[in-house]
Amino acid sequence: MATAVKDNRAPRANKTGRAVVLFLKVSAFLGPALIILGALLVYPIIFTGVRSTFDASGNNFVGLANYEQIFTQPRTLIAVRNNLIWVLVVPPIITALGLIFAVLSNRLPWRSAFRMAIFMPLVVSGLAAGVTFRFLFAASPEVGTANAMVRSVAHIFQPPGEYPTARASREAPLEALEGGGFQSTISVTAGDTIYLGLVGVQANALPQEAQAALAPAATPGSVAGVVWLDFSPGGTVGEIDPAERGMPNVPVRLMSDDQVVARTLTDESGRFSFDVQSGAQHRVQLAASAFRAPHPGIAWLGPTFITIAIMIGYIWMQTGFAVVIIGAGLSSLDRELQEAARTDGATELQVFRHVTVPVLMPILMVVLVTTVINVLKIFDLVYIIAPESMQPYANVLALEMWRASFGGARDFGLGSALAMLLLIMIIPAMLFNIRNFRRSG
Amino acid sequence: MTRLARFVSTGAMQIVLMAIALFWLLPVFVLFIQSLRSSGEIANSGWWTALANPSSLMVDNYRALLENPDIIRSFWNTVYITVPTTILVVAIAAGAAYALSWIKFRGRDTLLLIVVGLLVVPLQIALIPLARLFGDLGLFGTIPGVVLFHVGFGLPFAIFLLRNFFVGVPRELFESARVDGANDLIIFARILIPLALPAIASLTIFQFLWVWNDLLIAMVFADPASAPLTAAIQRQTRAFGQNVDVIAPGAFLQMVVPLFVFFAFQRYFVQGILGGAVKG
Repeated sequence: MATAVKDNRAPRANKTGRAVVLFLKVSAFLGPALIILGALLVYPIIFTGVRSTFDASGNNFVGLANYEQIFTQPRTLIAVRNNLIWVLVVPPIITALGLIFAVLSNRLPWRSAFRMAIFMPLVVSGLAAGVTFRFLFAASPEVGTANAMVRSVAHIFQPPGEYPTARASREAPLEALEGGGFQSTISVTAGDTIYLGLVGVQANALPQEAQAALAPAATPGSVAGVVWLDFSPGGTVGEIDPAERGMPNVPVRLMSDDQVVARTLTDESGRFSFDVQSGAQHRVQLAASAFRAPHPGIAWLGPTFITIAIMIGYIWMQTGFAVVIIGAGLSSLDRELQEAARTDGATELQVFRHVTVPVLMPILMVVLVTTVINVLKIFDLVYIIAPESMQPYANVLALEMWRASFGGARDFGLGSALAMLLLIMIIPAMLFNIRNFRRSG
Repeated sequence: MTRLARFVSTGAMQIVLMAIALFWLLPVFVLFIQSLRSSGEIANSGWWTALANPSSLMVDNYRALLENPDIIRSFWNTVYITVPTTILVVAIAAGAAYALSWIKFRGRDTLLLIVVGLLVVPLQIALIPLARLFGDLGLFGTIPGVVLFHVGFGLPFAIFLLRNFFVGVPRELFESARVDGANDLIIFARILIPLALPAIASLTIFQFLWVWNDLLIAMVFADPASAPLTAAIQRQTRAFGQNVDVIAPGAFLQMVVPLFVFFAFQRYFVQGILGGAVKG
């Protein structure tokens, strides 16, 4: 009997002992992490949840009033709206770009160099990237890289005129046309001459080939005129003075009842002439293209484009992440599938659409969801790129949360509600992750 | 050669990809060029004009930067924040990841799922409560406070990354060590850690970069005396126009260290991204 009791108790004591040892062991390895996670993550979630139902002072329970405020005040509403735009626009672009870059660079002889260039911005801070894009998006096309590019492209389609600042001189028989350019206020007919003086152009800004302006000479069958810079020190307005030069290359149109009947360009001395039938009355137009201003660029940092500018910066930073993940997925892809499709006569685009993309789909989803999570939390890029006066337009939840709580307003109630809203928006992505994790063990 | 390979290796495609790569490098290059120009030049002409006139580039901004006590102090603050955070995160996460992968106990799977859940918790959720808590503890505005916050929000990713690596280690290694009488501590320190060095390297790089580049936590939890570079430069950006000769070299200085880490340890960096993604 004694042995039986002993036999019975010994394993139990042993079991308890082992449980204690296991507990100590687990505590030793896991304890520090659990304490920190509990104190710095779990406790704050509960605290912030509770705090979001109190007012700014923290003394009065206000229920859901802070949340109501988020969805009624314009400033916070814009933040919510912008966050939604970010989530809808940026993750798909990053995933698509990542897929394209990964596929195109996969067989590239200098693949690693290409990918290194795309990966590099991943290690750049939001601060440094923000500062850089502030430079790139500077308003003037003379200074900002983006607008310099916009201007050069725009000028391919619509070159600027040589005399963007020119205007009619006081004595010139000219009126400005709607949409640019000028038209004579008087009619001319065969044998007439017309003096079209312009001002508002720096003499040294005239083209190299510009010569001294010459008086036009009309034959009985023509109309002649001159376009010249009607300004010189001591000169008389409306007359060609010795120091005044002609304005070459101005497109001139001969008009008859609002119809263009002939076109020409002014010569080095600013002269032009048209052969006309005697008796016909004409007006003369100077075409807008000579006076078109250079493209002013896009107001990247203005209210309309600010979010797009920040998005471009973010896409620059994060596309590398998508290329890393998708690139690894491509390398582990079963090549036989693609080869089989090719053997069956599929074009490269068909292989891409019907084999590569479907097989990569789970990976693309991971990239998309991860990017959604990161985009929801975006803060520093917005804060640095958007000038202070533009921050209301570029606002996002994370920025508004900081501003409401620490950037002056000190409203911890509203700040807590904004933080909770962010958490709530992230929960679907969190569940996606947890489901994926359980599936793959 | 497949058709895709032929397509990609055609001249036109190579030129397109080359253009994309150069385009991607452009912003960093621009920041570098701007950091070598005076504030007047930055305000009045594009950086490309300096390429036509390289002698206009100068190191004066950097000389001024290195004599700026604020910037010097914040640089060292960045180091004092980043290094302890990284060490603490790696050490604490390694222990936790070991327990979560190789010690059997009840509730382990639940704990693991909680860690996966915490992975994506936005740090905004903790700013207000921890500002209060750290205030009570006298940590608000100090380097240890900033470090502690980073440790908290670095841990889920660190545990997740290391655990993913640890579970892949063959069981036989542990069994044979146990037969030889090794206990958990020995297995952990003598077998697992040496095996996991590549994963630990990835984690270290990630953690380092994350803390080095942080702006938000620094802005809330550091006061001017304990502020790292990011926060110090951010203060300058409030007067963007006037301070460009500090902002541009300051931002580049802030970026140089991560770039160095990237080029030196690119392989571990990429492995870290792959190991840290929650796979589908």
